[in-house]
Amino acid sequence: MKFDLTLRRAGALALASFLAGTAPAALMAQTPADTLVIADAIDDIVSIDPHEAFEFSGTDLINNTYDTLVELDPTKPGELVPGLAESWDVAEDGVTYTFKMRPGVTFASGNPVRAEDAAFSLQRVVKLNKTPAFILTQFGFTPENVEEMITFDGDTVTFKTDQPYAPSFVYNCLTAAVGAIVDKETVMANEANGDMGNEWLKSNTAGTGAYVLRSYKPSDSYILEAREGYWRGDAKLKRVFMRHIPEGATNRLLLERGDIDISREVTSVDIEGMEGNADIRVDTDLAGYIYYISANQKNEALANPKVLEAMRWAIDYQGMTESFLKGEQTVHQAFLPRGYLGSIEETPYSLDIEKAKALLAESGVDLPLNIKMSVRNSQNRTDMAQSVQNTFAQAGINLTLSIGEGAEVLGEYRARQHDLTLQSWGPDYPDPHTNASTFVINGDNSDESQLTGSLAWRNAYDPGELMTMTEAAVMERDTDTRRAMYEDIQRKHRDTSAFIMMFQENNRTAMRTNVSNFYTGGTVDSVTYWLVEK
Amino acid sequence: MTAAPDTPAPPQGRLSGLPRLLRLIGGTALSLAITILGLLLVTFIIGRVVPIDPVLAIVGERATTAQYEATRLALGLDEPMWKQFAIYVSNAVQGDLGQSLRTKREVSEDIIRYFPATLELATIATLFGVLVGVPAGVLAATRPGTWVDQVVRIVGLMGYSMPVFWLGLLALLVFYGILGWVGGPGRLDAGFSMMFELDVQQRTGMILIDTALAGEWEMFRNAISHIILPSAVLGYTSMAYISRMTRSFMMNELGQEYITTARVKGMPEWRVVWVHALKNVMVPLITVIALSYAYLLEGSVLTETIFAWPGLGSYITDALFAADMPAVLGGTVVVGVVFVTLNMASDLLYRLVDPRAR
Repeated sequence: MKFDLTLRRAGALALASFLAGTAPAALMAQTPADTLVIADAIDDIVSIDPHEAFEFSGTDLINNTYDTLVELDPTKPGELVPGLAESWDVAEDGVTYTFKMRPGVTFASGNPVRAEDAAFSLQRVVKLNKTPAFILTQFGFTPENVEEMITFDGDTVTFKTDQPYAPSFVYNCLTAAVGAIVDKETVMANEANGDMGNEWLKSNTAGTGAYVLRSYKPSDSYILEAREGYWRGDAKLKRVFMRHIPEGATNRLLLERGDIDISREVTSVDIEGMEGNADIRVDTDLAGYIYYISANQKNEALANPKVLEAMRWAIDYQGMTESFLKGEQTVHQAFLPRGYLGSIEETPYSLDIEKAKALLAESGVDLPLNIKMSVRNSQNRTDMAQSVQNTFAQAGINLTLSIGEGAEVLGEYRARQHDLTLQSWGPDYPDPHTNASTFVINGDNSDESQLTGSLAWRNAYDPGELMTMTEAAVMERDTDTRRAMYEDIQRKHRDTSAFIMMFQENNRTAMRTNVSNFYTGGTVDSVTYWLVEK
Repeated sequence: MTAAPDTPAPPQGRLSGLPRLLRLIGGTALSLAITILGLLLVTFIIGRVVPIDPVLAIVGERATTAQYEATRLALGLDEPMWKQFAIYVSNAVQGDLGQSLRTKREVSEDIIRYFPATLELATIATLFGVLVGVPAGVLAATRPGTWVDQVVRIVGLMGYSMPVFWLGLLALLVFYGILGWVGGPGRLDAGFSMMFELDVQQRTGMILIDTALAGEWEMFRNAISHIILPSAVLGYTSMAYISRMTRSFMMNELGQEYITTARVKGMPEWRVVWVHALKNVMVPLITVIALSYAYLLEGSVLTETIFAWPGLGSYITDALFAADMPAVLGGTVVVGVVFVTLNMASDLLYRLVDPRAR
């Protein structure tokens, strides 16, 4: 059996070389001490030009490489603090805003930050007119008028709006990523075909932030490197290495082995599995997404207020968050996410089948009521829908679930062809008007107007007096009064609109216990890397 | 696929062989072109019948009706179907697979970036499949019905029937999570990965080759420790397939008269099996190996997802979840072309190796 022997030898040799070749891997399973290694799904990034980016991962990157005139304090969610402007003011006319630039700040290139850069940046947003531009153009800027409306003189930037909006509205909008101030000299030196440096900024950064982009491979990774002399204090860790790892179980393994410091893609199952691991900590805070069910008011039964009220009492909000949504969602029954100016926390509705039955009997509709609900094909949504189907059935509503791909369900919704639909909505910028405008404002309820961007229109919902209240709130100059106005609008909206508000999503971040000071930005802001220590 | 064995052999010689080879290549290229055109037609139709509105996928939830209409026109969706198909084909032939809806980048550029990682993984997986599968098949064939044969059969069956997703996670858990023998998901450890991005010239996009060319041997070893597990998992299925096919080809071959003659002449058994019989078995095996290689290039989607391998498979998966049809179809076309090309190449090779098929 000569060949057997040869084969055995070869096998032993292969095994030995396999072990020898891979032994160092076990020793190296540590992240570099001066680097924060994060796993997240970053394939949502379309652009990292701050005046074009409108996706979560992109704005996370921008928050650490650029600054805005007015900033949010990462440690105190929602609190406005001076950014590249050290002070600001609004004139008596209510439309003229002035921002005094902070002296001594430099861009990563070494160029000083001037009022000219700030004016250029805000004008650039309007002229480029990319997806997030509406956050600024809603103040009346157009590519034609923006050079007169946004000007600079010495160390002061002046900003004129078309109407006397609530100052808090203006400041909140300026904290969004689209308000980032870019280095005019550097950006324009890299201009091609009149694009104001847009193509170049898709793979480079030119900001004042704590970090500078060193490498970016779309849907794969990016590397940020700290710069010296950041005006808010140097970053604690020299580098940030972001890896695109969307699979939850893979995230968990890497985290447990210490090959990453932070995972932002762990699922409930993974979190449960890591309980008891002393090396891992899971932080939970609120994110901006709201989950709701809305009713097309073109459907006669669904336009009946008693039917809608019955439905509000026929959903097991608590039961869901205590079982399959545990940790993922928090019961929330208002259109503004907690953390927003004017948000309310009370949750008056809970499962009460008897009450729902009584309301349905009062409504005068034929029972049992047969209704279709359209749902996107994703695990948590179909789970929610099945729970609702179950409790609705107990109250006397036969719910048929129509489960489809995201764009398909959205297409039906925008065409006002649904009955009920289970949906989610994330705010566009950190001001209450972002959600108020879409959940309430419906300027023309006819099919022809095609106001598809408005959730109120999609449901053929006529807001009545809530419309004028919302339009007044965005103009209210006293912030406390404005807050009270939104509270009032939300309560009325919660009880009378075509929407049934259910949940607010949670951010869950799993990290090694040696990592501290990681702020996700909560509902209003993006993630902060420069304060992180390990 | 094979020429009829009883066709009379053409005259041998260099001069007569060359034009025949050219004719063979020409014929292959023609059928390649027809197959690819068919492939384009199928992907085009799929792209049009799926209930995903490509316009909505681009403009998103917030778009106004005017923005929606403008994008629809820009995509040429108002043109008649045949014209849309003609544009699609002429663009694809020029290497333009359209723009990804999600990333707004050229799909062809994306594929160039992602394909090397897949190619590297599938190649090593195929090597694994061949180096383990062929000897296993031969061993099983030389000892039919013994425990060796049974083990090869059972291991092979498991390779066929175990979902690669589950197998991958299990392998990761055991060899990386618990034992720590191999590197984890991803192509390198975090520290090396950053060094690779910042300091190593990326000539081919294949880490093993690029690190070797740069003389970064520590990084090279780290890359090996990362590729071993995904390629073994991926190669397992093809190993199962190759070992089963080898066994059956070998059984057939060992019953041939020339084998008996060789044995009678007193040739050592190992030489009879591993040299004489195996040489003839390799002819049909080429097709089997090429097919399984092509299968790995397209079939690595799940493996890539679990092992966070930035290859074509994970690119297509991410695109699918985002309803990014140009990216999905572009990826499909590339995989299809590779599949067909490999198939044709194996056919050509087969004809060249097997004297009866010349």
